[in-house]
Amino acid sequence: MPQEEESLGKAVDGRLVRRLLGYLRPYRWTVVAATVAAALQSATQVVGPYLNKVVIDRYLFPTPAGRGSLLAGILPHNALRGVTELGVIYLSVLVVGFVLDFGQTYAMQWVGQYTMYDLRREVFHHLQRLPISFFDRNPAGRLVTRVTNDVETLNDTISTALVALFDDMFVLVMIIAIMIRFNWRLSLITLGVVPLIFLATHFFRTAVRESYRRIRIYVAQINVFLQEHITGMAVVQAFNRERRALAEFHDINREHLHAWISAVFAYAVYYPAVEFLSILAVTLILWFGGLRVMHGELTIGIVFAFIQYAQRFFRPIQDLSDKYNTLQSAMASSERIFRLLDTPVDATAAPEGAAEAGAAPAAAPGRIEFDHVWFAYKGEDWILRDVSFAAEPGESVAIVGHTGAGKTTMISLLLRFYDVQKGRILLDGVDLRAWDVHALRRRFGIVLQDPYLSTGTIADNVRMDDDRMPAEVVREAERQANLTDFLATLPLGDATPLRERGSGLSTGQKQLVNFARALAARPSILILDEATASVDTDTELKIREALERMLAGRTSILIAHRLSTVQRADQILVMHKGVLRERGTHQELLRQQGIYWRLYRLQYKDQEARPGGARKLEAVREPAPS
Amino acid sequence: MRWELLTTLWPYLRRYRGRLALGLGILLLNTAVLVSIPYIIDLAINDLGGGISGAKLLKYCALLMAAVSARAVLNYLQRLILITVSRRLEFDLRNDLLAKLETMSGGFFQQYRTGDLMARSVNDLSAVRNMLGPGIMYSAQAVVLFAYVLAILWRLDPRLTLIAFVPAPIVTLAVQWFGKRIHERFERIQSMFSSLATRVEENLSGLRLVRAYAREAQEEAKFERLNREYVQRNLRLVLLSGAFQPLLQFLLGVAYVLVLWFGGRAVLEHRITLGGYAAFNLYMAQMAFPMIAMGYVINLVQRGAASWARLQELLQQTPQIADGPATDPSVTALAGEIEFRHLNFDYDGIAVLRDLNLHIPAGRTLALVGPTGAGKSTLVGLIPRLLEAAPGMVLVDGRPIREIPLDVLRQNIGWVPQETFLFSDTLGANIAFGRPEADEAEVREPAERAGLSLDVADFPEGYATRVGERGLTLSGGQKQRTALARALLRNPRILILDDALASVDTLTEERILEGLEQARRGRTTLLISHRISTVRSADQIAVLQDGHITEAGTHAELIGRGGTYAALYEKQLLEEELAQVE
Repeated sequence: MPQEEESLGKAVDGRLVRRLLGYLRPYRWTVVAATVAAALQSATQVVGPYLNKVVIDRYLFPTPAGRGSLLAGILPHNALRGVTELGVIYLSVLVVGFVLDFGQTYAMQWVGQYTMYDLRREVFHHLQRLPISFFDRNPAGRLVTRVTNDVETLNDTISTALVALFDDMFVLVMIIAIMIRFNWRLSLITLGVVPLIFLATHFFRTAVRESYRRIRIYVAQINVFLQEHITGMAVVQAFNRERRALAEFHDINREHLHAWISAVFAYAVYYPAVEFLSILAVTLILWFGGLRVMHGELTIGIVFAFIQYAQRFFRPIQDLSDKYNTLQSAMASSERIFRLLDTPVDATAAPEGAAEAGAAPAAAPGRIEFDHVWFAYKGEDWILRDVSFAAEPGESVAIVGHTGAGKTTMISLLLRFYDVQKGRILLDGVDLRAWDVHALRRRFGIVLQDPYLSTGTIADNVRMDDDRMPAEVVREAERQANLTDFLATLPLGDATPLRERGSGLSTGQKQLVNFARALAARPSILILDEATASVDTDTELKIREALERMLAGRTSILIAHRLSTVQRADQILVMHKGVLRERGTHQELLRQQGIYWRLYRLQYKDQEARPGGARKLEAVREPAPS
Repeated sequence: MRWELLTTLWPYLRRYRGRLALGLGILLLNTAVLVSIPYIIDLAINDLGGGISGAKLLKYCALLMAAVSARAVLNYLQRLILITVSRRLEFDLRNDLLAKLETMSGGFFQQYRTGDLMARSVNDLSAVRNMLGPGIMYSAQAVVLFAYVLAILWRLDPRLTLIAFVPAPIVTLAVQWFGKRIHERFERIQSMFSSLATRVEENLSGLRLVRAYAREAQEEAKFERLNREYVQRNLRLVLLSGAFQPLLQFLLGVAYVLVLWFGGRAVLEHRITLGGYAAFNLYMAQMAFPMIAMGYVINLVQRGAASWARLQELLQQTPQIADGPATDPSVTALAGEIEFRHLNFDYDGIAVLRDLNLHIPAGRTLALVGPTGAGKSTLVGLIPRLLEAAPGMVLVDGRPIREIPLDVLRQNIGWVPQETFLFSDTLGANIAFGRPEADEAEVREPAERAGLSLDVADFPEGYATRVGERGLTLSGGQKQRTALARALLRNPRILILDDALASVDTLTEERILEGLEQARRGRTTLLISHRISTVRSADQIAVLQDGHITEAGTHAELIGRGGTYAALYEKQLLEEELAQVE
């Protein structure tokens, strides 16, 4: 659904706005204070022309009509002193305005930032509780966008657009109020131009919206074209497509240029038009105001103040229309965020606050039983068909089979990432569905096929950010996982910070860190999805050693890709196309001469086929029991 | 503006020098009209103070309307001309950029990743355009306006002019000071923003493990720390940006206060008229924007200059693989004989191919097998010169490959790369990629031979079906067969199949290969595959290991030798056996 990112709805959607306002609730008093400050501040913005009017009418060109003003009582008669005092008043107003302006901007931005903080936290929290199947359907990239860009777009609206909106409205109201107080007839004449401005703005917006729509399309095309041709440049070159590709690019680029030129055209008409209208207002003031001055009905100061106000008047009106676009994209973003938040969390999700409940009670035996388990990711597309087996406490079970045989699915089910469709899975005699999910998962130590490392130190990765885990436990786990030698070569030991996804470590080293993590959790059941990536001989030896130590005394489930690791398992399950086909020890299965036997021969050949290194490896391996 | 900035931009600017000159001329005129408006108002106000006739007032009003009408026209032209030029420059630069990229080869694309190149051709380009468009226009406008206003006010009262302009340099300095710091803090926010995104990505990629270890709360705590830091950094920016706008307002206000104090006194002492006083007020209002714009433009130019340097870095690259003095233009056709002679090749100092010798007679098929990373793809990439070996190591038709014009060489090669790359276009256009003028019948033929025609019949719009972005998603096998058809359509002398059918199941592959049998006749074919069934019928099979050929011969010869190839063969037999277990 790529369209989801693009759809723009109406600028204001009552339902969404109400829900968004809910996020402002914790900060409502700050919002109120900021709004009051904004109102006061806009008053300071319109003071200048007013003071000018007083200066002109009272001191510079005194007329009887011009003596009255709000400040008449406090101003001295001496013109020189009066001008100085008015200057002081103006300066103090400016200082107050500065403080208020800064105060309200900071307060609103603060509110915006913390609202977004709350929202990001909520979205992230929700992501931790959505069912695994949700992530099978939704690509990670899009979900990242929800937490980051979409929230950011909202922030732009709340802390910038909304503040400016209030500001502009207040200034407009103030100016209109002052003008009416001065002279209502002249005010009406001045305001007569406003509908024309709105009309011009409306035409402009319609024209520009169409241009921007085309611009967006061509920008996307240019990006796709560039992206593709940079990535596939070898193909372009090998097929002598350079000239033609350039010609195609010219065409898209030209369309983009034309779309922009039509936007530039709209701007080139609009800005002069607005200026024209604002000077038209000035002319009208000069004409009608001037006539009244001639008749002594109006002072020069008022005419001059009107001229100054008329020019300040139009900027807020222009700004107001600009905010429309911002609001529109904010609505689209909030709709996407809310849709994610409204996705119901799954029954398998951990209950709220369960993580704080502390460690599970001391490890129990760890008996696992699959009882006629059927499972499909969707519909009747069975991945597992009627699988039954039991692992007694302390036993090691190896699962072998081709890719797609259902091995990894069995592990996902055991951890209750999904629920089975038919049959049941039991841990220590209790159906998984009856377990508290956190308590259940704490029983397992797990190593996945692709070793996972997150940013943080090696120790952080071993304890997996559980700060309550004692240092000795971490160190012991590292020792058992054969990590100690490697850590000794690092100046910072296990406090060495890892780069993104542990890019500084080799695959084998990553694997060992993952082993240590599984051990540090002190699980009663160990799950290992063996890595297929090849590692060097030295590390391979270390891994095998660690593995043996780990398996001792624990129930363990092992998905094996190399049969050499399987041979010592208490039972081997051979999965084939979702069905449990063979079951038994290495020797028993070899005697059956079935699938396992063929697999075994296949791998044996594989090792023969690998040159040099593999044979050396074979030499250090213990001989298979015969 | 730095000199080298101008000299490197000049080749682009000079194409539009006429328009630029016209635009700047209009700007001079336009600004003159702009400053005439307060002048007219002042005259009117002065006369209002001294008693005025209705006719004279009407004259002023008419003058104002005339000025603003002229201004509307000039303003329109100025914007249209100057801003459009910057868009045209962007257009030119973007085309030149792609043209340059098209001459670059593998090593360059290793050094500059797609993301980096995209960033340069999108973000940097727009920064340069902003420097050339609004940057030039606003700075010229500010300078001209400043000069005009200064001249007018100076004539009215030099002393008051100096006083009124005291805040001007402070405003410009403040804009620059804040601009720089705001930019810095903004960058810090951006880096935090990407950490935040990385954190979410990391969480989602480790999702199963997080759930398995019941570490949701810890993950949230980690996110929380970044989230909080992000807010903190934002608020540090707000501290500056929140003070910036109010400060500008304040400084401009101070200018008004100064005019009020000293101008008011000057009126009272009859040194200037009331109209003069009004003029100072109105011109201050007009100067407000240019003063702010100066600082903004300086930042625009600084950013544009940095971006231009990054673009220059690309535009000044010299093509590594191109026709040169060794090229013999008389070569127009190829027979298809290929030879590698003591071939050594390395990537960034790491040897990939070592002393490799191989000869493929024209019209014969060579199959290459060997482990991943042995250098097979590198070897075949040398033939269309996507990669370049030292002179004399690769020969086609017995002559060094560099003597053959690049166009002719590639025209004669059908290359099916290991990683299939299709473009978001119709299926037909993708097949006709190497010969765009081909009609549908010509497209149909290779598609049939590549085993694609049956699939196409199922597509709603046949060959007109769009693939890739926002189109039909093809399966891996369909993609590979499309790439095969694309190569076949060129009717090449040399066909390179780099593991080209790995995503197609064995049976389909066999069918396709049978179909190709005829197509292969008379063509030199290089076939890379992991499947013995694919390579067994080749005229010659070579095993490539660790950068050189360890075994070579026919299928029968290699089986007889009992080496790597024989072992591979046995293993595959077993695998096939296993696959048949029901």
